[in-house]
Amino acid sequence: MTALDEIKIGGLGASRRRVEDNRFIRGKGNYVDDITLPGMLHMEILRSPVAHARIVSIDTSKAWAMPGVRLVITGETLAARNLAWMPTLSYDTQAVLATDKVRFQGQEIAAVIADDPYTAKDACEAIVVEYEPLPVMVNPYQAMEDGAERIRDDKENQPDNVIYDWEVGDRDGTERAFAEADLVSKIQLHYPRSHPSPIETCGSIADFNRATQKLTVYMTTQAPHIIRAAVAMVAELPEQMIRIIAPDIGGGFGNKVPVYPGYVVSILASILLEKPVKWIEDRTGNLISTGFARDIYLEGEMALRKDGKILGVRMNCIADHGAFFSDAQPSKFKIGLLHSAFACYDIPAAHLTARGVYTNKAPGGVAYRCSFRVTEAMFFQERMVETAAIDLGMDPAEIRRVNFVRDDDFPHRTAFGFLTDSGQYTKCLDLGLEAIGYDTFRQEQEEARKRGRLLGIGISTMTEPLGAGNSREFDILGIKMFDSAELRIHMTGKALLRTGARSQGQGHETTWAQIVAHELGLPAEDVTVEEGDTDTAPFGMGTYASRSTPVAGAAISMAARKIRAKARKIAAHLLEVSEEDVEWELGRFYVRSRPEQGVTIQEAAMAAYSNMPDGMEPGLEAIAYYDPPNLTWPFAAYIAKVEVDPETGVWDVLRMVAVDDCGVRINPMIVEGQIMGGLTEAYAMASMQYITFDAEGNCIGSNFTDYLLPTAWETPGFELHEVVTPCPHHPIGAKGIGECAAVGGPAAFVNAVIDAVKHLGVKNIDMPVLPDRVYEAIKTGKDVSGAPPVRTDG
Amino acid sequence: MYPPRFEYEAPETVAEAVGLLVEGHGSAKVLAGGQSLIPMMKTRFASPEMLVDINGISDLEYHRRDADGSIRVGALCRHATLEQSQVLADHQPTMAAASALVADPIVRNRGTLVGSLCHADPQGDWAAVMASLGASVIAQGPTGERVIPVQEFAVGPFQNALAYDEIAVAAVVPPPKGKPEGGYLKMERRVGDFATAGVAVSLDRSAGGVARAGIALTGVGPRTIVAEEAAAILVERGLDPDSIAEAARAAAGAAQPKTDHRGTAEYKRHLVEVFTSRILKRIAGSSEEAA
Repeated sequence: MTALDEIKIGGLGASRRRVEDNRFIRGKGNYVDDITLPGMLHMEILRSPVAHARIVSIDTSKAWAMPGVRLVITGETLAARNLAWMPTLSYDTQAVLATDKVRFQGQEIAAVIADDPYTAKDACEAIVVEYEPLPVMVNPYQAMEDGAERIRDDKENQPDNVIYDWEVGDRDGTERAFAEADLVSKIQLHYPRSHPSPIETCGSIADFNRATQKLTVYMTTQAPHIIRAAVAMVAELPEQMIRIIAPDIGGGFGNKVPVYPGYVVSILASILLEKPVKWIEDRTGNLISTGFARDIYLEGEMALRKDGKILGVRMNCIADHGAFFSDAQPSKFKIGLLHSAFACYDIPAAHLTARGVYTNKAPGGVAYRCSFRVTEAMFFQERMVETAAIDLGMDPAEIRRVNFVRDDDFPHRTAFGFLTDSGQYTKCLDLGLEAIGYDTFRQEQEEARKRGRLLGIGISTMTEPLGAGNSREFDILGIKMFDSAELRIHMTGKALLRTGARSQGQGHETTWAQIVAHELGLPAEDVTVEEGDTDTAPFGMGTYASRSTPVAGAAISMAARKIRAKARKIAAHLLEVSEEDVEWELGRFYVRSRPEQGVTIQEAAMAAYSNMPDGMEPGLEAIAYYDPPNLTWPFAAYIAKVEVDPETGVWDVLRMVAVDDCGVRINPMIVEGQIMGGLTEAYAMASMQYITFDAEGNCIGSNFTDYLLPTAWETPGFELHEVVTPCPHHPIGAKGIGECAAVGGPAAFVNAVIDAVKHLGVKNIDMPVLPDRVYEAIKTGKDVSGAPPVRTDG
Repeated sequence: MYPPRFEYEAPETVAEAVGLLVEGHGSAKVLAGGQSLIPMMKTRFASPEMLVDINGISDLEYHRRDADGSIRVGALCRHATLEQSQVLADHQPTMAAASALVADPIVRNRGTLVGSLCHADPQGDWAAVMASLGASVIAQGPTGERVIPVQEFAVGPFQNALAYDEIAVAAVVPPPKGKPEGGYLKMERRVGDFATAGVAVSLDRSAGGVARAGIALTGVGPRTIVAEEAAAILVERGLDPDSIAEAARAAAGAAQPKTDHRGTAEYKRHLVEVFTSRILKRIAGSSEEAA
């Protein structure tokens, strides 16, 4: 009897085709908007056209009078039920529908529920709101000016627009490092605001049944169980009477973690009308009101020794949170994981201060393929390192090598206190440099310059913390960050697996089955995966922060191992030997002394229902809850080669090499898909994708004409390489990967453009690196900083 | 996104369509490719009471080169058809160059050249191309046809010269006065984005000189700008490094750009100079090669 071939059964390392794609590519997915319930009504939301104004009056009489209108809800309706404001996951409050004033353009003011969405939209337009304008603040510096209008005048103990001041690290030690430095390198950066913009916008169908008292909500959420807990706590409904169903989700990227007013109002509307109420956000609503990302300013300083050794780092950050502090981030740190910066470098001392500020912009701040500001952390880190190399006149690859944590120095405590787990940083970087031909590049660059051509190579290397949490440092509303898996083996050896995560495109239905195949030797195709229904899935914290494989994936392994332990007892019973004499190979138990005598996992499963040992509980099921001992720390080296057109400032990516070490790869094809998706978004951030505001607070980027997502036409090709350093504390050695390329990629592109023009005296061009900004830098030999201009005349 | 209520008519002849416009008395809009109109209705920036869908009028679905050398594009001729057109590839280089740069491939499958002219967006590509060629729009109303030069067709941003009861049934490029040469270059932040700046150059070359020149600019003014001085320099002096540089500067001087999120006014003006110069250098270079 030969052992099973793990690749053939779709186990670890198999580039198995995504099983969910069968329905997606046939148009048979089941998204919230595909669901129609009998008697369903439609809700539309009226949003504020202005960014900051007192609401003088809201006249809904014309809307009520329109045929087909069933209900008009305003902040007053909600206030009567104590629902006008809701708590945020960052312990602030957020208006559900505005009562006193509007605080950003696009804020929700009223909702109309009607027989069809057209009527609901018409009725929204018939609502007359009178505004009394207030001063608008569109950046934190305006909001921090003396005497600035208070945005949150609803809050006691909020004398100004500062939300928090927070610090981490060793202030005195860092002070000493700077005193000893040969050179201090400085940079100011802005990471512009962007929006995750999943192709499916947010939406819900709330269905309250008066007879059963059950509330069922179909919802575009990445974390259905957290929503159930939040609804139970906020609406004071019994938790067992709430069922949240996240059906197929058309992309999330962090945009679908928070609780939005639309969800809340649709639930109330269904309770009041006793009918199902569907709310589907339109594109503009999604872009101007839901969880954005970034919008943070840095003043960075680095203390350097002449040989390139980084002695200390100082980071002063100001985060623009918009009108409400509603970051959907579960860490104990006000600024999320921003202090994961410099984790791949061995730095003696570091200190970070962060200030959060209210402005007249949509709330959010931590979304978009990012573990709570690691994207900003790694961008700032890699731009600071690049600037240090320029200031030292040092090769940008060499300065990284000098400062990398060594392969034999793990676990490593970072200057900001994280514990990184493993990695081979120099190996990854060198592999990437070789792939892109770095050895000969400097000469090529020099010769190109002589012919008037500008070439540049940009390097970005980083390790980032993925897989929230570990329950010591991460919780949501006090619920510790763990995850769960429930595995049922049917008597014919087929299986049903449910987890508390929720795929939004990541391919869980494919990869989860592969983990079961690896642990039990069941063919992956025999394992059905279900997620997203709180009435059936075990409790879990959802999918974001690249946490599914590190946490839920580990729980699947642990559940499968429980199954295997029980199956071993059954096998011993069937083989009539003691359990100690039973050995395991993939898919089969056998007698140590007589390997030809064995019991397959399928035979053991049948016996669990038909021929179990005396005294054993029948059945073959297990549930596991996994509290990770640490975050996982994947590493990546991204290297971009660009050519800049000196006449127009247009830059083209000639090559993009990515070396990722995410530990053991469950499905290499899906991992590569994640990396390519992330690199595309990294290129987007660097080149075009940003949201800005004019002085009146109008959102520039409220539709896909103004908010640019790259298409296949612009997106460069990617060359992928891998290094595997298994995660020492994960059951199958896997690390998170979903976000790496989006996190580490942007700095590679920006560094490449800077590398092409640094001989002209340019050290920084803030993102987005638009052609006109590059042209300005080339022409003036000066840095181009801040948000791009919006309107200066007429 | 839900548009307001509207009526929908699908006439089968131009006469029928004009009749509906007369009936609508200003409240009706013609629907051809719909690539601008439908999004504007869904975002409620446009709310016509009636749509007159001309897609059923198959007479309008053509483009051709007539015996005199003029090129005629019917109101239902899609961008994609022009992109693949052998007629343009053989006879009209400026249009051929622009046809692959209009919007994105999906829009090009539905959108039409004539519709783009009617939309009168100062950032529309075809308006500059057709202005550089001295083209006209043929408008048909209840009393017959009239010919409107493209330069006079857009009367302001998103405003054209059609009366409420007229349909633009075709655009016509006059016969060339020599060998037609030209090009179109534009800066866009992404495929499908409106132009940050664009330049259309059309030259008719004969006996080593320039018999006719047209230069028109996209996205750098309240409407398409025709750089007459720049064109005159080329006709007067032909193509040489100095005349090219001077014409490029004159074209930049004619631009009236504004700073916005696509770039600063200064940058857009600079792009006009670079693009004009690049197209002209290429034309000069290729004729040198031919000689």
